[in-house]
Amino acid sequence: MKPPPFDYQLADSVSQALDLYARSEGDALWLAGGHSIVPSLALRLQAPSLLIDISRLPELMGITLTEEGLRIGALATHAQILSDPLVRTHAPLLSEAAAHVAHPAIRNRATFGGNLVLADPASEFPAVVRCLDAVFDIVGPEGARQVGVEDFFLDLFTTALEPGEILRSVLIPPAPASLRCGFDELARRHGDFAMVGAAVWLVVAEGVTTEARICFHSVGPTPMRATLVEEALRGRPLAADEINAAQAVLGNDLDPADDVTLPGATRLHLARVLLGRILHRLAGQTAMETAA
Amino acid sequence: MTLPLHLTVNGQSVAEHVEPRTSLADFLRDRLRLTGTHLGCEMGVCGACLVLLDGKPVHGCLVLAVQAAGSEVQTIEGLAESGALADLQRAFHERNALQCGYCTPGMLITAHSLLETTPAPDRGEIRTALSGNFCRCTGYESIVDAIAVTIERRAEGAGA
Ligand SMILES: Cc1cc2nc3c(=O)[nH]c(=O)nc-3n(C[C@H](O)[C@H](O)[C@H](O)COP(=O)(O)OP(=O)(O)OC[C@H]3O[C@@H](n4cnc5c(N)ncnc54)[C@H](O)[C@@H]3O)c2cc1C
Ligand code: FES
Ligand code: FES
Repeated sequence: MKPPPFDYQLADSVSQALDLYARSEGDALWLAGGHSIVPSLALRLQAPSLLIDISRLPELMGITLTEEGLRIGALATHAQILSDPLVRTHAPLLSEAAAHVAHPAIRNRATFGGNLVLADPASEFPAVVRCLDAVFDIVGPEGARQVGVEDFFLDLFTTALEPGEILRSVLIPPAPASLRCGFDELARRHGDFAMVGAAVWLVVAEGVTTEARICFHSVGPTPMRATLVEEALRGRPLAADEINAAQAVLGNDLDPADDVTLPGATRLHLARVLLGRILHRLAGQTAMETAA
Repeated sequence: MTLPLHLTVNGQSVAEHVEPRTSLADFLRDRLRLTGTHLGCEMGVCGACLVLLDGKPVHGCLVLAVQAAGSEVQTIEGLAESGALADLQRAFHERNALQCGYCTPGMLITAHSLLETTPAPDRGEIRTALSGNFCRCTGYESIVDAIAVTIERRAEGAGA
Protein backbone atom coordinates (compact mmCIF):
# COMPACT_ATOMS: atom_id res chain seq x y z
CA MET A 1 0.00 0.00 0.00
CA LYS A 2 2.89 2.39 -0.69
CA PRO A 3 3.17 4.29 -3.96
CA PRO A 4 6.09 3.81 -6.34
CA PRO A 5 8.57 6.73 -6.41
CA PHE A 6 7.67 9.90 -8.32
CA ASP A 7 8.92 13.47 -8.54
CA TYR A 8 6.99 16.40 -7.13
CA GLN A 9 6.84 20.06 -8.13
CA LEU A 10 4.81 22.78 -6.47
CA ALA A 11 3.46 25.22 -9.07
CA ASP A 12 3.16 28.94 -8.20
CA SER A 13 1.11 29.98 -11.23
CA VAL A 14 -1.02 28.41 -13.93
CA SER A 15 1.56 29.30 -16.59
CA GLN A 16 4.34 27.63 -14.61
CA ALA A 17 2.13 24.56 -14.10
CA LEU A 18 1.45 24.33 -17.85
CA ASP A 19 5.20 24.68 -18.55
CA LEU A 20 6.04 21.88 -16.13
CA TYR A 21 3.44 19.67 -17.80
CA ALA A 22 4.80 20.43 -21.28
CA ARG A 23 8.31 19.44 -20.14
CA SER A 24 7.04 16.17 -18.60
CA GLU A 25 6.02 14.92 -22.05
CA GLY A 26 2.64 13.84 -20.76
CA ASP A 27 3.98 11.74 -17.91
CA ALA A 28 2.61 14.00 -15.14
CA LEU A 29 -0.62 14.37 -13.17
CA TRP A 30 -2.09 17.40 -11.44
CA LEU A 31 -2.33 17.07 -7.68
CA ALA A 32 -5.12 19.04 -5.95
CA GLY A 33 -6.55 17.67 -2.67
CA GLY A 34 -4.92 14.33 -3.42
CA HIS A 35 -7.82 12.38 -1.94
CA SER A 36 -8.33 10.33 -5.08
CA ILE A 37 -4.80 10.37 -6.47
CA VAL A 38 -2.93 9.41 -3.30
CA PRO A 39 -4.92 6.20 -2.72
CA SER A 40 -4.80 5.33 -6.42
CA LEU A 41 -0.99 5.72 -6.39
CA ALA A 42 -0.80 3.58 -3.27
CA LEU A 43 -2.93 0.91 -4.96
CA ARG A 44 -0.61 1.31 -7.97
CA LEU A 45 -3.50 2.00 -10.32
CA GLN A 46 -1.50 4.97 -11.68
CA ALA A 47 2.25 5.58 -11.80
CA PRO A 48 3.14 9.03 -13.20
CA SER A 49 6.80 10.21 -13.12
CA LEU A 50 5.76 13.60 -11.79
CA LEU A 51 3.01 15.10 -9.65
CA ILE A 52 2.51 18.81 -10.28
CA ASP A 53 0.90 20.30 -7.18
CA ILE A 54 -1.71 22.87 -8.24
CA SER A 55 -3.25 23.09 -4.76
CA ARG A 56 -1.77 26.52 -4.01
CA LEU A 57 -2.59 28.29 -7.29
CA PRO A 58 -4.32 31.59 -6.50
CA GLU A 59 -6.06 31.56 -9.93
CA LEU A 60 -8.01 28.45 -8.84
CA MET A 61 -9.20 29.83 -5.50
CA GLY A 62 -12.17 31.80 -4.27
CA ILE A 63 -15.94 31.80 -4.53
CA THR A 64 -17.28 35.04 -6.00
CA LEU A 65 -20.59 36.41 -7.20
CA THR A 66 -20.35 37.99 -10.66
CA GLU A 67 -22.92 39.30 -13.15
CA GLU A 68 -22.77 35.98 -15.02
CA GLY A 69 -23.42 33.97 -11.89
CA LEU A 70 -21.59 32.28 -9.02
CA ARG A 71 -17.96 31.47 -9.86
CA ILE A 72 -16.47 28.67 -7.79
CA GLY A 73 -12.70 28.15 -7.92
CA ALA A 74 -11.63 24.57 -8.63
CA LEU A 75 -9.73 24.47 -5.32
CA ALA A 76 -12.79 25.17 -3.16
CA THR A 77 -12.89 22.29 -0.69
CA HIS A 78 -16.01 20.22 -0.11
CA ALA A 79 -16.12 21.82 3.37
CA GLN A 80 -16.19 25.30 1.80
CA ILE A 81 -18.99 24.27 -0.56
CA LEU A 82 -20.91 23.06 2.49
CA SER A 83 -20.47 26.22 4.57
CA ASP A 84 -19.95 29.13 2.16
CA PRO A 85 -22.80 31.66 2.49
CA LEU A 86 -22.70 32.62 -1.22
CA VAL A 87 -23.08 28.97 -2.23
CA ARG A 88 -25.91 28.53 0.27
CA THR A 89 -27.78 31.52 -1.16
CA HIS A 90 -27.08 31.14 -4.88
CA ALA A 91 -26.56 27.40 -5.31
CA PRO A 92 -28.26 25.74 -2.32
CA LEU A 93 -28.41 22.40 -4.19
CA LEU A 94 -24.61 22.26 -3.90
CA SER A 95 -24.54 22.97 -0.16
CA GLU A 96 -27.29 20.40 0.37
CA ALA A 97 -25.37 17.78 -1.61
CA ALA A 98 -22.04 18.56 0.09
CA ALA A 99 -23.40 17.23 3.38
CA HIS A 100 -23.59 13.79 1.70
CA VAL A 101 -20.09 13.81 0.17
CA ALA A 102 -17.69 11.62 2.14
CA HIS A 103 -16.86 12.30 5.81
CA PRO A 104 -15.99 15.57 7.56
CA ALA A 105 -12.19 15.12 7.49
CA ILE A 106 -12.19 14.17 3.79
CA ARG A 107 -14.21 17.30 3.05
CA ASN A 108 -11.47 19.46 4.59
CA ARG A 109 -9.00 18.53 1.80
CA ALA A 110 -10.86 17.13 -1.21
CA THR A 111 -11.58 19.81 -3.81
CA PHE A 112 -14.68 20.62 -5.85
CA GLY A 113 -12.60 20.77 -9.06
CA GLY A 114 -10.84 17.47 -8.36
CA ASN A 115 -14.17 15.81 -7.72
CA LEU A 116 -15.67 17.07 -11.01
CA VAL A 117 -12.59 16.20 -13.07
CA LEU A 118 -12.48 12.70 -11.61
CA ALA A 119 -16.10 12.24 -12.78
CA ASP A 120 -16.83 9.25 -10.58
CA PRO A 121 -20.35 8.16 -11.61
CA ALA A 122 -21.19 7.72 -7.91
CA SER A 123 -20.24 11.33 -7.05
CA GLU A 124 -22.82 13.87 -5.98
CA PHE A 125 -21.41 17.13 -7.38
CA PRO A 126 -21.40 16.09 -11.07
CA ALA A 127 -25.15 15.40 -10.88
CA VAL A 128 -25.79 18.71 -9.14
CA VAL A 129 -23.77 20.85 -11.57
CA ARG A 130 -25.60 19.17 -14.46
CA CYS A 131 -28.89 20.29 -12.89
CA LEU A 132 -27.48 23.78 -12.45
CA ASP A 133 -26.34 24.00 -16.11
CA ALA A 134 -22.78 24.88 -15.04
CA VAL A 135 -20.05 26.13 -17.38
CA PHE A 136 -16.48 24.84 -16.97
CA ASP A 137 -13.63 27.35 -17.30
CA ILE A 138 -10.65 25.38 -18.60
CA VAL A 139 -7.11 26.55 -19.30
CA GLY A 140 -4.44 24.75 -21.29
CA PRO A 141 -1.41 25.33 -23.50
CA GLU A 142 -3.67 26.79 -26.22
CA GLY A 143 -5.33 29.27 -23.84
CA ALA A 144 -8.69 29.26 -22.06
CA ARG A 145 -11.96 27.68 -23.21
CA GLN A 146 -15.45 27.34 -21.77
CA VAL A 147 -17.32 24.04 -21.89
CA GLY A 148 -21.00 23.67 -21.00
CA VAL A 149 -21.93 20.85 -18.64
CA GLU A 150 -23.88 18.99 -21.35
CA ASP A 151 -20.53 18.53 -23.17
CA PHE A 152 -18.34 17.92 -20.11
CA PHE A 153 -19.16 14.50 -18.65
CA LEU A 154 -18.47 12.03 -21.45
CA ASP A 155 -18.24 8.60 -19.85
CA LEU A 156 -17.16 6.69 -16.76
CA PHE A 157 -14.33 8.77 -15.20
CA THR A 158 -14.03 10.64 -18.51
CA THR A 159 -14.57 14.35 -19.16
CA ALA A 160 -13.96 16.81 -22.00
CA LEU A 161 -10.74 17.89 -20.26
CA GLU A 162 -7.70 17.04 -22.41
CA PRO A 163 -4.50 15.79 -20.72
CA GLY A 164 -2.49 18.84 -19.65
CA GLU A 165 -5.55 21.07 -19.25
CA ILE A 166 -6.52 22.56 -15.89
CA LEU A 167 -10.03 23.19 -14.64
CA ARG A 168 -9.79 26.73 -13.27
CA SER A 169 -13.33 27.39 -12.08
CA VAL A 170 -16.97 26.53 -12.57
CA LEU A 171 -19.68 29.08 -13.27
CA ILE A 172 -23.18 28.51 -11.90
CA PRO A 173 -25.68 30.70 -13.81
CA PRO A 174 -28.05 32.82 -11.68
CA ALA A 175 -31.04 30.99 -10.20
CA PRO A 176 -34.41 31.95 -11.71
CA ALA A 177 -37.28 33.31 -9.60
CA SER A 178 -39.68 30.71 -8.16
CA LEU A 179 -37.01 28.03 -8.07
CA ARG A 180 -37.55 24.98 -5.90
CA CYS A 181 -34.71 22.53 -5.58
CA GLY A 182 -33.73 19.55 -3.53
CA PHE A 183 -31.04 16.89 -3.27
CA ASP A 184 -31.18 13.53 -1.55
CA GLU A 185 -29.52 10.14 -1.73
CA LEU A 186 -29.77 6.63 -0.37
CA ALA A 187 -26.52 5.26 1.06
CA ARG A 188 -25.86 2.28 3.29
CA ARG A 189 -24.15 4.50 5.88
CA HIS A 190 -23.95 8.28 6.06
CA GLY A 191 -20.97 9.50 4.03
CA ASP A 192 -20.64 6.35 1.95
CA PHE A 193 -20.92 6.53 -1.80
CA ALA A 194 -24.63 6.45 -2.60
CA MET A 195 -26.61 3.52 -3.99
CA VAL A 196 -28.55 6.23 -5.82
CA GLY A 197 -28.84 10.01 -5.51
CA ALA A 198 -30.85 12.73 -7.21
CA ALA A 199 -30.78 16.48 -7.70
CA VAL A 200 -34.07 18.15 -8.65
CA TRP A 201 -34.37 21.72 -9.98
CA LEU A 202 -37.87 23.05 -10.72
CA VAL A 203 -39.36 26.41 -11.57
CA VAL A 204 -42.90 26.38 -10.17
CA ALA A 205 -45.13 29.36 -10.94
CA GLU A 206 -48.56 29.46 -9.30
CA GLY A 207 -48.38 25.76 -8.51
CA VAL A 208 -47.45 24.74 -12.06
CA THR A 209 -44.03 23.39 -13.03
CA THR A 210 -42.73 25.50 -15.91
CA GLU A 211 -39.16 24.23 -16.06
CA ALA A 212 -37.58 21.03 -14.74
CA ARG A 213 -34.10 19.57 -14.57
CA ILE A 214 -33.60 16.26 -12.81
CA CYS A 215 -30.30 14.48 -12.61
CA PHE A 216 -29.36 11.18 -10.93
CA HIS A 217 -25.99 9.76 -9.91
CA SER A 218 -24.87 6.16 -9.30
CA VAL A 219 -27.29 4.87 -11.96
CA GLY A 220 -25.14 5.02 -15.11
CA PRO A 221 -21.71 5.93 -16.47
CA THR A 222 -22.23 9.70 -16.12
CA PRO A 223 -24.65 11.90 -14.18
CA MET A 224 -27.96 10.92 -15.82
CA ARG A 225 -30.64 13.49 -16.77
CA ALA A 226 -34.18 12.13 -16.56
CA THR A 227 -35.57 14.03 -19.55
CA LEU A 228 -38.83 12.07 -19.86
CA VAL A 229 -39.59 12.70 -16.19
CA GLU A 230 -38.83 16.39 -16.75
CA GLU A 231 -41.25 16.39 -19.70
CA ALA A 232 -43.94 14.66 -17.63
CA LEU A 233 -43.72 17.40 -15.00
CA ARG A 234 -43.51 20.43 -17.27
CA GLY A 235 -46.72 22.41 -17.75
CA ARG A 236 -48.56 20.47 -15.02
CA PRO A 237 -49.36 21.17 -11.37
CA LEU A 238 -46.84 19.86 -8.88
CA ALA A 239 -49.27 17.53 -7.09
CA ALA A 240 -49.66 13.88 -6.09
CA ASP A 241 -51.09 12.52 -9.38
CA GLU A 242 -48.46 14.23 -11.50
CA ILE A 243 -45.72 13.01 -9.17
CA ASN A 244 -46.98 9.42 -9.53
CA ALA A 245 -47.01 9.83 -13.30
CA ALA A 246 -43.45 11.19 -13.26
CA GLN A 247 -42.26 8.26 -11.11
CA ALA A 248 -43.90 5.86 -13.56
CA VAL A 249 -41.88 7.09 -16.56
CA LEU A 250 -38.50 7.02 -14.77
CA GLY A 251 -37.90 3.49 -16.07
CA ASN A 252 -37.81 4.92 -19.61
CA ASP A 253 -35.04 7.36 -18.63
CA LEU A 254 -32.81 5.09 -16.55
CA ASP A 255 -31.61 1.57 -17.16
CA PRO A 256 -29.05 0.84 -14.44
CA ALA A 257 -26.91 -2.23 -15.06
CA ASP A 258 -26.65 -5.12 -12.60
CA ASP A 259 -23.44 -4.98 -10.58
CA VAL A 260 -21.89 -6.74 -7.61
CA THR A 261 -23.56 -4.45 -5.08
CA LEU A 262 -27.13 -4.24 -6.44
CA PRO A 263 -29.30 -5.61 -9.24
CA GLY A 264 -30.20 -2.88 -11.76
CA ALA A 265 -33.91 -3.32 -11.03
CA THR A 266 -33.35 -2.58 -7.33
CA ARG A 267 -31.36 0.52 -8.17
CA LEU A 268 -34.17 1.72 -10.45
CA HIS A 269 -36.71 1.06 -7.72
CA LEU A 270 -34.64 3.08 -5.24
CA ALA A 271 -34.31 5.91 -7.78
CA ARG A 272 -38.10 5.98 -8.14
CA VAL A 273 -38.60 6.09 -4.36
CA LEU A 274 -36.07 8.89 -4.04
CA LEU A 275 -37.65 10.89 -6.88
CA GLY A 276 -41.05 10.65 -5.19
CA ARG A 277 -39.64 11.77 -1.85
CA ILE A 278 -37.94 14.83 -3.27
CA LEU A 279 -40.88 15.86 -5.45
CA HIS A 280 -43.35 15.54 -2.57
CA ARG A 281 -41.04 17.60 -0.40
CA LEU A 282 -40.79 20.30 -3.08
CA ALA A 283 -44.56 20.27 -3.62
CA GLY A 284 -44.97 21.23 0.02
CA GLN A 285 -42.34 23.92 -0.13
CA THR A 286 -42.75 27.52 -1.18
CA ALA A 287 -40.31 28.99 -3.69
CA MET A 288 -36.84 29.60 -2.34
CA GLU A 289 -35.88 33.20 -1.95
CA THR A 290 -33.47 34.07 -4.70
CA ALA A 291 -31.32 36.99 -3.67
CA ALA A 292 -30.80 39.61 -6.33
CA MET B 1 14.81 12.11 -5.14
CA THR B 2 14.29 13.76 -1.75
CA LEU B 3 13.00 17.25 -1.15
CA PRO B 4 13.58 19.64 1.74
CA LEU B 5 10.55 19.97 4.00
CA HIS B 6 9.92 22.60 6.67
CA LEU B 7 6.86 22.50 8.86
CA THR B 8 5.75 22.86 12.47
CA VAL B 9 4.79 19.73 14.41
CA ASN B 10 3.23 20.12 17.85
CA GLY B 11 4.66 23.62 18.12
CA GLN B 12 8.21 22.67 17.17
CA SER B 13 9.72 23.58 13.84
CA VAL B 14 10.98 20.62 11.85
CA ALA B 15 13.39 20.60 8.90
CA GLU B 16 13.89 17.29 7.10
CA HIS B 17 14.35 15.77 3.67
CA VAL B 18 11.65 13.42 2.38
CA GLU B 19 10.81 11.40 -0.67
CA PRO B 20 7.70 12.89 -2.35
CA ARG B 21 5.87 9.58 -2.05
CA THR B 22 6.06 9.67 1.78
CA SER B 23 2.66 10.22 3.36
CA LEU B 24 2.34 12.68 6.22
CA ALA B 25 1.40 9.76 8.50
CA ASP B 26 4.52 7.76 7.55
CA PHE B 27 6.66 10.89 8.00
CA LEU B 28 5.26 11.50 11.50
CA ARG B 29 5.60 7.86 12.53
CA ASP B 30 8.86 6.78 10.91
CA ARG B 31 10.88 10.00 10.90
CA LEU B 32 9.57 11.84 13.94
CA ARG B 33 8.66 8.68 15.90
CA LEU B 34 5.21 10.10 16.68
CA THR B 35 3.56 6.70 16.55
CA GLY B 36 0.26 7.80 18.08
CA THR B 37 -0.91 8.50 14.53
CA HIS B 38 -2.06 5.02 13.50
CA LEU B 39 -2.35 3.51 10.05
CA GLY B 40 -5.17 1.09 9.28
CA CYS B 41 -6.45 1.16 5.72
CA GLU B 42 -4.13 3.79 4.17
CA MET B 43 -6.98 4.86 1.89
CA GLY B 44 -9.06 7.35 3.84
CA VAL B 45 -11.65 4.92 5.14
CA CYS B 46 -10.82 4.06 8.76
CA GLY B 47 -9.81 7.40 10.35
CA ALA B 48 -7.01 5.95 12.52
CA CYS B 49 -4.51 8.39 10.97
CA LEU B 50 -6.26 11.71 11.65
CA VAL B 51 -4.10 14.69 12.57
CA LEU B 52 -4.85 18.41 12.69
CA LEU B 53 -3.39 20.28 9.71
CA ASP B 54 -3.61 24.03 10.24
CA GLY B 55 -6.27 23.31 12.86
CA LYS B 56 -8.49 21.01 10.78
CA PRO B 57 -8.71 17.23 10.96
CA VAL B 58 -7.27 15.51 7.88
CA HIS B 59 -6.18 11.97 7.05
CA GLY B 60 -2.41 11.60 7.43
CA CYS B 61 -2.51 8.71 4.95
CA LEU B 62 -4.03 10.85 2.17
CA VAL B 63 -1.75 13.88 2.47
CA LEU B 64 1.78 13.72 1.11
CA ALA B 65 4.32 15.03 3.63
CA VAL B 66 5.57 17.54 1.03
CA GLN B 67 2.04 18.97 0.79
CA ALA B 68 2.25 19.98 4.46
CA ALA B 69 5.22 22.30 3.81
CA GLY B 70 4.88 25.50 5.84
CA SER B 71 1.88 24.12 7.73
CA GLU B 72 1.21 23.54 11.39
CA VAL B 73 0.55 19.90 12.29
CA GLN B 74 -0.83 18.72 15.62
CA THR B 75 -0.75 15.03 16.40
CA ILE B 76 -2.46 13.12 19.16
CA GLU B 77 0.77 13.42 21.21
CA GLY B 78 0.76 17.22 21.02
CA LEU B 79 -2.95 17.49 21.76
CA ALA B 80 -2.75 15.09 24.70
CA GLU B 81 0.26 16.86 26.23
CA SER B 82 -1.42 20.23 25.91
CA GLY B 83 -4.24 19.01 28.17
CA ALA B 84 -6.86 19.93 25.55
CA LEU B 85 -8.15 16.34 25.52
CA ALA B 86 -7.90 15.56 29.24
CA ASP B 87 -11.66 15.45 29.89
CA LEU B 88 -12.35 13.48 26.70
CA GLN B 89 -9.62 10.99 27.62
CA ARG B 90 -11.09 10.60 31.11
CA ALA B 91 -14.60 10.04 29.71
CA PHE B 92 -13.32 7.46 27.17
CA HIS B 93 -11.64 5.62 30.04
CA GLU B 94 -14.69 5.76 32.33
CA ARG B 95 -17.14 4.64 29.63
CA ASN B 96 -15.02 1.82 28.20
CA ALA B 97 -14.86 3.70 24.91
CA LEU B 98 -11.66 1.88 24.00
CA GLN B 99 -10.56 -1.73 24.06
CA CYS B 100 -7.53 -2.34 21.83
CA GLY B 101 -7.09 1.41 21.41
CA TYR B 102 -6.15 1.30 17.74
CA CYS B 103 -8.91 3.69 16.70
CA THR B 104 -8.68 5.92 19.78
CA PRO B 105 -6.28 8.65 18.53
CA GLY B 106 -8.51 9.23 15.50
CA MET B 107 -11.68 9.10 17.62
CA LEU B 108 -10.25 11.70 20.00
CA ILE B 109 -9.23 14.01 17.17
CA THR B 110 -12.68 13.76 15.58
CA ALA B 111 -14.37 14.34 18.96
CA HIS B 112 -12.06 17.26 19.75
CA SER B 113 -12.76 19.07 16.48
CA LEU B 114 -16.51 18.33 16.71
CA LEU B 115 -16.60 20.02 20.12
CA GLU B 116 -14.54 22.94 18.81
CA THR B 117 -16.84 23.59 15.84
CA THR B 118 -20.31 22.55 17.06
CA PRO B 119 -21.46 24.00 20.39
CA ALA B 120 -23.89 21.30 21.60
CA PRO B 121 -24.07 18.35 19.20
CA ASP B 122 -26.77 15.76 19.91
CA ARG B 123 -26.18 12.00 19.63
CA GLY B 124 -27.16 12.01 15.96
CA GLU B 125 -24.62 14.72 15.19
CA ILE B 126 -21.96 12.87 17.16
CA ARG B 127 -22.63 9.73 15.11
CA THR B 128 -22.47 11.68 11.86
CA ALA B 129 -19.16 13.22 12.90
CA LEU B 130 -17.81 9.74 13.69
CA SER B 131 -18.98 8.28 10.36
CA GLY B 132 -15.41 8.27 9.02
CA ASN B 133 -13.90 6.54 12.08
CA PHE B 134 -13.96 2.77 12.31
CA CYS B 135 -13.82 0.90 15.61
CA ARG B 136 -13.69 -2.90 15.46
CA CYS B 137 -14.00 -3.42 19.22
CA THR B 138 -16.48 -1.25 21.07
CA GLY B 139 -19.59 -1.14 18.88
CA TYR B 140 -19.47 2.69 19.00
CA GLU B 141 -22.22 3.19 21.62
CA SER B 142 -19.71 3.73 24.43
CA ILE B 143 -17.73 6.18 22.29
CA VAL B 144 -20.87 8.23 21.65
CA ASP B 145 -21.60 8.05 25.42
CA ALA B 146 -18.11 9.32 26.29
CA ILE B 147 -18.39 12.26 23.92
CA ALA B 148 -21.94 13.07 25.08
CA VAL B 149 -20.92 13.08 28.74
CA THR B 150 -17.97 15.36 27.97
CA ILE B 151 -20.34 17.81 26.31
CA GLU B 152 -22.56 17.78 29.41
CA ARG B 153 -19.61 18.27 31.73
CA ARG B 154 -18.20 21.11 29.68
CA ALA B 155 -21.63 22.81 29.68
CA GLU B 156 -21.90 22.40 33.47
CA GLY B 157 -18.35 23.67 33.89
CA ALA B 158 -19.08 26.71 31.75
CA GLY B 159 -22.33 27.39 33.60
CA ALA B 160 -20.79 27.04 37.10
C1 LIG C 1 -12.87 7.69 2.11
C2 LIG C 1 -13.35 8.51 0.96
C3 LIG C 1 -14.71 8.68 0.76
C4 LIG C 1 -15.18 9.44 -0.30
N1 LIG C 1 -16.52 9.59 -0.46
C5 LIG C 1 -16.98 10.34 -1.49
C6 LIG C 1 -18.39 10.53 -1.69
O1 LIG C 1 -19.22 10.06 -0.92
N2 LIG C 1 -18.78 11.25 -2.77
C7 LIG C 1 -17.87 11.82 -3.64
O2 LIG C 1 -18.26 12.48 -4.59
N3 LIG C 1 -16.55 11.67 -3.47
C8 LIG C 1 -16.09 10.95 -2.42
N4 LIG C 1 -14.74 10.79 -2.26
C9 LIG C 1 -13.84 11.33 -3.30
C10 LIG C 1 -13.38 12.72 -2.96
O3 LIG C 1 -14.45 13.61 -3.06
C11 LIG C 1 -12.22 13.02 -3.92
O4 LIG C 1 -11.17 13.49 -3.20
C12 LIG C 1 -12.44 14.06 -4.91
O5 LIG C 1 -13.38 13.48 -5.77
C13 LIG C 1 -11.16 14.41 -5.66
O6 LIG C 1 -10.73 15.70 -5.28
P1 LIG C 1 -9.19 15.97 -4.90
O7 LIG C 1 -9.05 17.44 -4.78
O8 LIG C 1 -8.79 15.18 -3.73
O9 LIG C 1 -8.47 15.48 -6.23
P2 LIG C 1 -7.08 14.78 -6.53
O10 LIG C 1 -7.02 13.44 -5.92
O11 LIG C 1 -5.97 15.73 -6.24
O12 LIG C 1 -7.25 14.66 -8.10
C14 LIG C 1 -8.24 13.83 -8.71
C15 LIG C 1 -8.05 13.84 -10.22
O13 LIG C 1 -8.42 15.10 -10.77
C16 LIG C 1 -7.31 15.75 -11.39
N5 LIG C 1 -7.46 17.17 -11.00
C17 LIG C 1 -7.66 17.65 -9.74
N6 LIG C 1 -7.88 18.98 -9.77
C18 LIG C 1 -7.81 19.35 -11.08
C19 LIG C 1 -7.97 20.60 -11.76
N7 LIG C 1 -8.27 21.73 -11.10
N8 LIG C 1 -7.83 20.61 -13.10
C20 LIG C 1 -7.54 19.46 -13.78
N9 LIG C 1 -7.40 18.26 -13.20
C21 LIG C 1 -7.53 18.20 -11.86
C22 LIG C 1 -6.09 15.05 -10.86
O14 LIG C 1 -5.03 15.10 -11.78
C23 LIG C 1 -6.62 13.64 -10.66
O15 LIG C 1 -6.62 12.95 -11.87
C24 LIG C 1 -14.25 10.05 -1.19
C25 LIG C 1 -12.87 9.90 -1.00
C26 LIG C 1 -12.41 9.14 0.06
C27 LIG C 1 -10.93 9.00 0.26
S1 FES D 1 -5.15 4.87 7.62
FE1 FES D 1 -5.84 6.80 6.99
S2 FES D 1 -7.95 6.51 7.00
FE2 FES D 1 -7.26 4.51 7.42
S1 FES E 1 -10.92 0.09 20.44
FE1 FES E 1 -10.19 -1.42 19.11
S2 FES E 1 -10.64 -0.53 17.18
FE2 FES E 1 -11.63 0.80 18.53
